Amino acid sequence: MKKRYLVFLLIALSCTSLFVGVTRISPLDLFRFDDHQTQIFWQSRVPRLISILIAGVTLSISGFIMQQLSRNKFVSPTTAGTMDSARFGILIALIVFTSASPFEKMIVAFVFSLVGTFLFMKILDRIKMKDPIFIPLVGLMFGNIISSITTFFAYKHDLIQNMSAWLQGDFSMITAGRYEMLYISIPLVMIAYIFADRFTIAGLGEDFAKNLGLNYKQAVNVGLIIVALSTTLVVLTVGLIPFLGLVVPNIVSLYRGDNLKNSLFDTALLGAVFILFCDILGRIIIFPYEIPIGLTVGVIGSGIFIYLLMRRRDYA
Amino acid sequence: MVEVKSISKSYGLKAVVDDVSVSIQKGKITSFIGPNGAGKSTLLSIISRLMNADTGEVLIDGQKVNETKSRELAKKIAILKQSNHLSLRLSVRDLVSFGRFPYSQGKLTKEDQVYIDEAIRYMELEDMQDRYLDQLSGGQKQRAFIAMTIAQDTDYILLDEPLNNLDMKHSVQIMKVLRRLANELGKTVLIVIHDINFASVYSDYIVALKDGKIEAQGTVNDIMTSLVLKQVYGMEMPIQEINNQKICVYFS
Repeated sequence: MKKRYLVFLLIALSCTSLFVGVTRISPLDLFRFDDHQTQIFWQSRVPRLISILIAGVTLSISGFIMQQLSRNKFVSPTTAGTMDSARFGILIALIVFTSASPFEKMIVAFVFSLVGTFLFMKILDRIKMKDPIFIPLVGLMFGNIISSITTFFAYKHDLIQNMSAWLQGDFSMITAGRYEMLYISIPLVMIAYIFADRFTIAGLGEDFAKNLGLNYKQAVNVGLIIVALSTTLVVLTVGLIPFLGLVVPNIVSLYRGDNLKNSLFDTALLGAVFILFCDILGRIIIFPYEIPIGLTVGVIGSGIFIYLLMRRRDYA
Repeated sequence: MVEVKSISKSYGLKAVVDDVSVSIQKGKITSFIGPNGAGKSTLLSIISRLMNADTGEVLIDGQKVNETKSRELAKKIAILKQSNHLSLRLSVRDLVSFGRFPYSQGKLTKEDQVYIDEAIRYMELEDMQDRYLDQLSGGQKQRAFIAMTIAQDTDYILLDEPLNNLDMKHSVQIMKVLRRLANELGKTVLIVIHDINFASVYSDYIVALKDGKIEAQGTVNDIMTSLVLKQVYGMEMPIQEINNQKICVYFS
């Protein structure tokens, strides 16, 4: 039942998103656009909507996968250093291959975010204290360390300006030709669906997985590759979008449970709706100016994150 | 039949399991008893390939465990470990369905659903099959896990301290189920158990471990004697016969 509301909301918000902006485009004009309107619509509004939807879906699903594999509700691309590592990778790509093509940047950033995420998982294995709230704090610290290294090198090479573009997620720069890389995430979502059962079983523990004859390491590796690659794609095209991969899966888990196969569709839907809502909010709040998505999601998301933390305390 | 052939396992210099050989009869319940740190759980983990032994080998129906594919073994042998505390919110039915993973690899067929329904019915979980595991009591949770192993449809079921944290009523319930699994479905059940009297009343064979070695093994009558138990536990273990069952009154 809830799914129906979400689908309805998604459609409503998507339409709103297409018709909100400085250039007035009204749905009534749809069939008699002038040249300027057609251009804005197809060069800016549609790409923006598509990239919002893909980013929302993939980041939420990545968060869900990470929470299962790490067995912790508060681990996500934001709280495990994945995003920061990806940004570090982009910087290295800018320094080493000065005229890196977007694809080369993606590869380097992907490798970095993968290594960063693996490193965090290794740290997780080593930590004796498995307090559910302690773990994401370690992840945030880890991410901040990587982030400071990035800033240091960015200063040294005079790239601070370039890097800040990837610091805060922003959909206003999305135009045709600048977001298509995000389409690579779509097959990733399909792989996530195929592997959904494996991720959940792996999330029940290595012994549990082994008992069912599941190749635990393979499942974890596939999961982390999906997470690292889709996070990298979002950071490269849109920028950092904090907390999305944390808040959405937690809300879905509350009403749909943690069986990834059952929750995947809801997670994707809610992720898209949530980020669309935040984006539209950012676009109308100080119209005709815009608040970047990283900020709106950050504020709303961190609020919900605090609520979830408090709630968890009551549970424990 | 499970044949354990001179298995050894050590952590650092300490041998946890030291040259253990034992054969386990098919269709019976075999209990592993012994003091803390005797190596019972480690032995169970080695038999079920969760851990590798340093030396020795385990054969299940004549097949070497460490040379058999994990996925094939998952259709032969199931193990439940001590702490199945879950951080995931799963419904009972979801958990039981995972028992079919070795067969279906995630795509449940009609046949799988039949096994799942049967397992749920067998453990009397029909009423709560859609509830989340974190809403269940310890005994209900344990039953759900056992239902999963039933759905896994293995000849061998290994349980590491299945009565941990359960009250008497639920303990009896679980042991009765294990007895039925052996009697009605011909399953071979191996359990690690601390309560010596539960072992006495419900098992066919008992294997007593101490300091990683087998101290004694045999039928319940062989092992449930004051002399043997005193050797195993290093304290007075007076045995009394009540209703034809050997009960050890070790409390004072």
